[in-house]
Amino acid sequence: MKSGGSLSIWFFTGLCLGVTGALIFATGIYELMSPPATKVVLYDLHANVWWGGILLVSGLFFGIHFSPANERKRMAGKS
Amino acid sequence: MNPALLVLSSSTLVHLSPVDMVIIVFYFALVLGIGFYLKGQANTGEDFFMAGREMTAWVAGLAFLSANLGSLELMGWAGNSYRYGILAAHWYWIGAIPSMLFLALVMMPFYYVCKTHSVPGYLKLRFGVGAQTISSISFALMTVLMSGINMYAMAVVMKVVLGWNMDFSIWVSAGTVALYVALGGLRSAIFNEVLQFFLIWAGALLIPILGLIEAGGWKGLQAKILQNLTELHMANPGSYTHLWSTLGNFNNNPMGINWAGIVFGLGAVIAMGYWTTDFLVVQRVLAAKDLRSAELAPIIGAAFKMCVPFIVILPGLLGLALLRDPHTGSLIRLVPADQAWSAAGQAQGLHGYDEVLPLMLARYCGPGLLGLGITALIAGFMSGMAGNVSAFTTVWTYDIYGALINKNASDESKVKMGRWVTIIGVVISIGTAYIAAGKPSIMDYVQSLFSFFIAPLFGTVLLGMLWKRATPAGGWTGLLAGTLSSVGMYAWVKLDPNAVRYVALSMDAQDQAQNMFRALWCCLICIIVTFVVSMLTKPRPDSELKDVVYGLTPIPKAENVGWLHSPYFWGVVVFVIFIVLQIIFW
Repeated sequence: MKSGGSLSIWFFTGLCLGVTGALIFATGIYELMSPPATKVVLYDLHANVWWGGILLVSGLFFGIHFSPANERKRMAGKS
Repeated sequence: MNPALLVLSSSTLVHLSPVDMVIIVFYFALVLGIGFYLKGQANTGEDFFMAGREMTAWVAGLAFLSANLGSLELMGWAGNSYRYGILAAHWYWIGAIPSMLFLALVMMPFYYVCKTHSVPGYLKLRFGVGAQTISSISFALMTVLMSGINMYAMAVVMKVVLGWNMDFSIWVSAGTVALYVALGGLRSAIFNEVLQFFLIWAGALLIPILGLIEAGGWKGLQAKILQNLTELHMANPGSYTHLWSTLGNFNNNPMGINWAGIVFGLGAVIAMGYWTTDFLVVQRVLAAKDLRSAELAPIIGAAFKMCVPFIVILPGLLGLALLRDPHTGSLIRLVPADQAWSAAGQAQGLHGYDEVLPLMLARYCGPGLLGLGITALIAGFMSGMAGNVSAFTTVWTYDIYGALINKNASDESKVKMGRWVTIIGVVISIGTAYIAAGKPSIMDYVQSLFSFFIAPLFGTVLLGMLWKRATPAGGWTGLLAGTLSSVGMYAWVKLDPNAVRYVALSMDAQDQAQNMFRALWCCLICIIVTFVVSMLTKPRPDSELKDVVYGLTPIPKAENVGWLHSPYFWGVVVFVIFIVLQIIFW
């Protein structure tokens, strides 16, 4: 869905997932290098690394695929 | 330190790290940014109230589901699954899927063809101003009350979970919703609901994944629940992980209900009423760009709705299986909210049923993930509130202001009114939140009554759509009789608890079981009164019923699309998966 402008809802979704995923992934990497004193249950699975990574990749996909530049290309192809 | 010990020994359930705060602040900035970005796209009534009717099926479908997926829905149903076991999943399966498919394939064409702005608007076309007035006033009133009460409950949870000041939670969250809905109207609400849909899943999905790993899969989870409940001497411990096999008798399951209450009370009345006539959710589908998208949107919503038990019901069951006191190793038993939040309950460190989801969140989620989980809860609250506020705004502007106060209102003045009413609706909601803070029992009353305004409304709308002999007098008297009878039955049981044996057919019936049977009776009363009064009064001529009654309405043929794009094909797929799930968890 477009807003009438050039930004799609999926672009905002990608932005949100990408930024959040990057922050969680970075935190996970930091915890790998410097393990916290208090750990959550199943800490050894390092969920923040792989879950943050999944969100980051999903965010990049949505953000790039539905970026304003790609949207303009698609619109130009249709017209 | 043992991680579980850390969770249970602190005065609040969780403590946020700086990265968690950054994630939450980023989310608030993004939703406000979307509101400002869309401000210029909401200049006409169609734009502001119906999002220009240009939503694709996916956007309308995700917003349709997201408006229902509020934070109280998430935490409340996780708590219910802790209390009632997997029976709570009925509210997501038989209590949602058949009715969502019915909305898509049977009712949506009528709503769409008559181009109504709201469900009360449809009632005006079908039954006249009387039914519209009853429906719109009760809907508007209950919507802002519910919005405020949900806001209060959310603030209490934030206080218990995070130690946040309640005034801060109420004003910041409400102010954000008011701003982005007032700026961009329904389009902004829908944009944010799609965003919130992804955040809710991203924040909540990790709990069942890690929980199942810890419990040893579904079989391990079942075995642990059986062992724990046997240890606690609970009746029917095996019934907590079976959907249907314990519903032969009222006293074989933790809810005190039988199959008839679930099938007829929940599936045939409450669910049908909610998913097909509650304007809060129907408004999202009315914003679809064409009829095929309007039919596909609820089917897409239904497909995802079937998966919601994974992030809501499963965490409750995991709580039953895994939560133990780290000091003694004994099981932790969660208690009703009023008991947990009382001074004595707080002193003993008790936790309410509704805290099971935050407890599981704190169990598995470290810095970053915790911020995402809390953001998911806030996003759920905001999507639910935005749904209430945007639906209230539309019903007020079109069905009360435009129909009763200023019949000649211009489109421009309606948009202006819509923006102001959004702010006013939020302010009334905040006032309601503070009333609820001073008198918590009001939450119980209003939440119960709200769902039963919906049950008679379903009877009225259904007869209106399918039976051309139904008359305007029959419509509004049936709606009034159904509504009054639901309130009357509720009051009867409150005044005389023994009345449960008549209203819910068993003294074993718990709150949810009573709700199911009360809804069934008030819907039947509505239908009977509508039928009798209609037979005694003069029907409207067929020519006046074109586009509002089945059989007199030419339904536009769907565009010539292949079976892969057909709403009927996907409706059948979703229904088959729904049946398979019932068999697997029988």
